Amino acid sequence: MRIPLLAAALAASSFAAAAQDMTVARGLAAGCAICHGTQGKVAPGAPLIALAGLPRDYIATQMRAFRDGKRPATVMHQIAKGYTDAQIDAMAAWYAAQPR
Amino acid sequence: MKRRDFLKLAGAISLAGCATPTPSKARVVVVGGGFGGATAAKYIRLWDPSIDVVLIERETSFTSCPISNLVLAGYSSMQDISHGYDGLRRHGVQVVQDEAVAVDVARKTVRLARGGDVAYERLIVSPGIDFMFGEVQGYEPAMQSGAVLHAWKAGPQTVALRRQLEQMRDGGVYVLSIPLAPYRCPPGPYERMSMVAAYFKQAKPRSKVLVLDANPDVTSKGGLFKAAWKDLYGGVIEYRGGAKVVAVAPGSVRTEFETVRGDVLNVVPPHRAGDIAAKSGLITTNNRWCDVDWRSMESKAVKGVHVLGDATLSAPGMPKSGSMANNHAKIAAAAVVELLNGRTPAPPKIINTCYSFVSQKEAIRVSSVHEWDGKTLTPVKGAGGVSAARSEAEASFAWNWAKTIWTDSLA
Repeated sequence: MRIPLLAAALAASSFAAAAQDMTVARGLAAGCAICHGTQGKVAPGAPLIALAGLPRDYIATQMRAFRDGKRPATVMHQIAKGYTDAQIDAMAAWYAAQPR
Repeated sequence: MKRRDFLKLAGAISLAGCATPTPSKARVVVVGGGFGGATAAKYIRLWDPSIDVVLIERETSFTSCPISNLVLAGYSSMQDISHGYDGLRRHGVQVVQDEAVAVDVARKTVRLARGGDVAYERLIVSPGIDFMFGEVQGYEPAMQSGAVLHAWKAGPQTVALRRQLEQMRDGGVYVLSIPLAPYRCPPGPYERMSMVAAYFKQAKPRSKVLVLDANPDVTSKGGLFKAAWKDLYGGVIEYRGGAKVVAVAPGSVRTEFETVRGDVLNVVPPHRAGDIAAKSGLITTNNRWCDVDWRSMESKAVKGVHVLGDATLSAPGMPKSGSMANNHAKIAAAAVVELLNGRTPAPPKIINTCYSFVSQKEAIRVSSVHEWDGKTLTPVKGAGGVSAARSEAEASFAWNWAKTIWTDSLA
């Protein structure tokens, strides 16, 4: 009995931790919405690519390229410098999980 | 449901308390449907649809201050900057068109001008600014006769100022007076003088823009603005720093040093948190601003009440802007949702981006990232900055920002 209970408790706590992580990522990502749209959806014809549903690794790589000056930008090089690697990864995972 | 029925319901709940069966987790009331209040209402519903949200707003639609300077130049219209509240209704927000006239923080109710109380579990107050007319002698009678305008809340005064500029003779003088910081939208006055200069250059080339700034120098994007004025509007603009307007009369304004004549007088008085903040005991600092805990936007004066936007005592390096009000709202929405679900809100991190047009086709920008440092929100060192130069690309992003933030806040 002990082992399944422990496993269930571990699973529940890791589920709660994952939910907490996504809540944190959602809060971080909400800051981007003033230009990138609610939940990463942009209007047709907008001069920005929609972030919703883009591959996680692509978003994270581009953010690091902006931050490190490897991808030219008007503003994103200045914004990306405000975030840690962990925060970039969290936001990338959250945007990747949004429906297109 | 008709409004009257809703108010009855609201009254019933506030009187009967938990005796009334209600399927929702809690009710949050939001006062003010600008960038702060509208965004908070929407995001609470997005993040926890089991929370009821009631938005109290006295106007039938939202009028955006951003882009309103382009209306003055004839490059945009009132229709462009006006947005209804149906988008919020689609998120399940109950929009009540009325004015909140008092808050009873002990009973946790908001009193409406047309009668009735609305009970809340948590209250979000996003009142914007009101003006300290008494700081400029003669202001109120001059404003009532149309001899002076502020046009610093977009709406009827925007329309009136555009009309005065159109009717002004070629060779006339437009006077813009800027109050000491902090005020709403630090780069806003400098965008406005650029837009009026662009209009004069095209339609009334012998006319002048005279700017009397109470601040010693341009408070935002100074290098970029000054370069645009020199390159584009030489001979049109005269800028005087350290010139505080203390009195107005029809046809003239008086600074501490001189009296200046003008054909169109656009004097922006100093401001403070909106009236409902004062009436609710939320103002903490210099009789003007509302101090908050930046982790939740909860008032430092009244528990259970969150304050957003221009009304707040700004954190270090934080402007009073639409971007910031929208982001304050997301901090408050996250905190309210977490607290009502028995969890602890995560430390916030938010972005400010402010675009300003310097001509019909070119814009400039300032950005910053703000994070919780254990005491307040501070700008992240090494992040943020201004445009490399004015450009058409920035103007394209400026329009995208405006359309996107209107949608993010209201639709």
